[in-house]
Amino acid sequence: MKNELIHLNHISKSYNGKVVLDDLDLIIHENEFVTILGPSGCGKTTTLRILAGFETPDIGSVIFSGKDITNLPPNKRQLNTVFQNYALFTHMNVAENIAFGLKIKKQSRSYIEDKIQYALKLVGLEGFEKRSVNNLSGGQQQRVAIARAIVNEPRVLLLDEPLGALDLKLRQDMQYELIRMKNELSITFIYVTHDQQEALTMSDTIVVMNQGYIQQMGTPEEIYNEPENAFVADFIGDSNLFPGIFVRDEMITIDGVPFACVDTGFGTNKPVDIVIRPEDVDLVPCGQGTVSGVVTDLIFKGVHYEMCVDVNGREWVSQSTMPCAVGEEVDISVHPFNIQVMNKPESEDEEAVKTDD
Amino acid sequence: MTKTRRISGFLGLPFVFWAAAFIIIPLLMVVWYGLTDENGALTFANIAAIAQPAHAKALLLALLLSLLATAVCFLLAYPLCMFLVEAQKTSNSFLTMLLIVPMWMNFLLRTYAWQSILEKTGIINTFLTAIGLQPLRLINTNGAIVLGMVYNFLPFMVLPIYNVLEDIDKNVINAARDLGANGRQTFLKVIFPLSLPGVISGITMVFIPALTTFVVSSLLGGGKILLIGNVIEQEFMVAYDWNLGSGLSLVLLLFIIINVVVSVISERGEEELRRRKSDAEA
Repeated sequence: MKNELIHLNHISKSYNGKVVLDDLDLIIHENEFVTILGPSGCGKTTTLRILAGFETPDIGSVIFSGKDITNLPPNKRQLNTVFQNYALFTHMNVAENIAFGLKIKKQSRSYIEDKIQYALKLVGLEGFEKRSVNNLSGGQQQRVAIARAIVNEPRVLLLDEPLGALDLKLRQDMQYELIRMKNELSITFIYVTHDQQEALTMSDTIVVMNQGYIQQMGTPEEIYNEPENAFVADFIGDSNLFPGIFVRDEMITIDGVPFACVDTGFGTNKPVDIVIRPEDVDLVPCGQGTVSGVVTDLIFKGVHYEMCVDVNGREWVSQSTMPCAVGEEVDISVHPFNIQVMNKPESEDEEAVKTDD
Repeated sequence: MTKTRRISGFLGLPFVFWAAAFIIIPLLMVVWYGLTDENGALTFANIAAIAQPAHAKALLLALLLSLLATAVCFLLAYPLCMFLVEAQKTSNSFLTMLLIVPMWMNFLLRTYAWQSILEKTGIINTFLTAIGLQPLRLINTNGAIVLGMVYNFLPFMVLPIYNVLEDIDKNVINAARDLGANGRQTFLKVIFPLSLPGVISGITMVFIPALTTFVVSSLLGGGKILLIGNVIEQEFMVAYDWNLGSGLSLVLLLFIIINVVVSVISERGEEELRRRKSDAEA
């Protein structure tokens, strides 16, 4: 296991009586790409601001490489931030923006000049030194913001929804760029976003947050394939989220129809939540599946078709490269391995599932 | 499209009439009177009259006192604005109101109030004599005039500075801190440079009314200290020499124009310089 770099030690924070973070405990390792993912207001930005030093937690401490930095001002921390709206210095040109931190640290002129060239090359903006930052496109400004942060050789780079303002194509390009930069710099990236696709693409570890709590933490595969609760399942990717009964080990029912599954240990005849990803819902000819329904909707999505199937009043969503016509009668078949069983939420905090989209 | 443009053209008409009747025509009259003698013959004597010792002294004193007042306004307004912006952040808008609203009270009223505070038998001197001290000569001094200017024109410095400071993105300040700047460095390298446009318009908006005032100087200077504004007022209202009054007004106008031009240039200068640099690069 890699070395522990940051420990957010049981942190709580509230504003005007509203709890934003509730006993958050999070360990981040060296050279890890961690994404904090969640809907707006889930506390992810506050977490980042506490790390950067712009906020102090009400309870708890921030441990950085073994030292308590909870009350250390931002200018004394070995981490740099890339802000959501870039926050460039509009009264300076590109080179002056990048040199800001180095000039504060009184580095030599030749060192600063080398660093500027290195950073501009890394972010792909060679020759932009003398440009005014006001005349740059959003993507270029974003690159300057990244260059300005990394020349200081931080041990951790904090990124607050850095791609949020960019259009889709540019956002996808920048995702690959960021992964490349992270590998080249070999430093820790802590990335905050509400975009689940971004999180799945870039991260080593995803931390899913909602209402000030960590809902689940794991690799992108774990988060996607084995969501621990209905919130995570619903927030990450498209999903069919059904109430079901855990009859016994390896057997559930959805609306009274039995399905085989691989999960064990949820008890007997216990109400649970069931998640089935749309790509795992197979539409088969009548008589070959577990349950029958009628196709009510067909949408072309590019790489696949998305079909809605009405099964005794409940809508199932299926994704497949083979379309079925609207009105067609089909059977539904799901491989036992693709049925994910989750406990019903115990607290109201985990409940806020359907209200967010 | 042409239709909307035609309509929006009409929207400006009321102001065109207003400006013609109350700004352009009076200004042309001042130019006419300033460049002619009482018989209507063309002359530059009214303008050259600024060189007379009494007039030159009044102009120099007005320049000196208004520069001083502008400097004091700046030194008072800037910290106040920083405080107000900070207070606004913690949603303490009542405090902002409390500090801003008195500034918009009637100008004459406030000047009269200072008169009664500074007078020989005013509040301060009454208090000083009551506790057995010698009364001070407060009214009818240059200091009293500067005080009056500062008190009256401070809002014109506060507002533009407050607006630019409030507009500075909090994250830009956070970014400076994040990049290692301490509070002082953040102020000197980021906050102050970004607030310069507000400072420049504040300076213009205080300096011009202070330079041209005659009300403050006659109420707090007791008619003994003459600024160029008082000289001009007297030529019009006492000596009835409209030609000389207009001539001196034109000289004063020149100073105002210089001030405006300088402030516009310095505001655009930096921007222009940066653009040219980037153009040369591209």
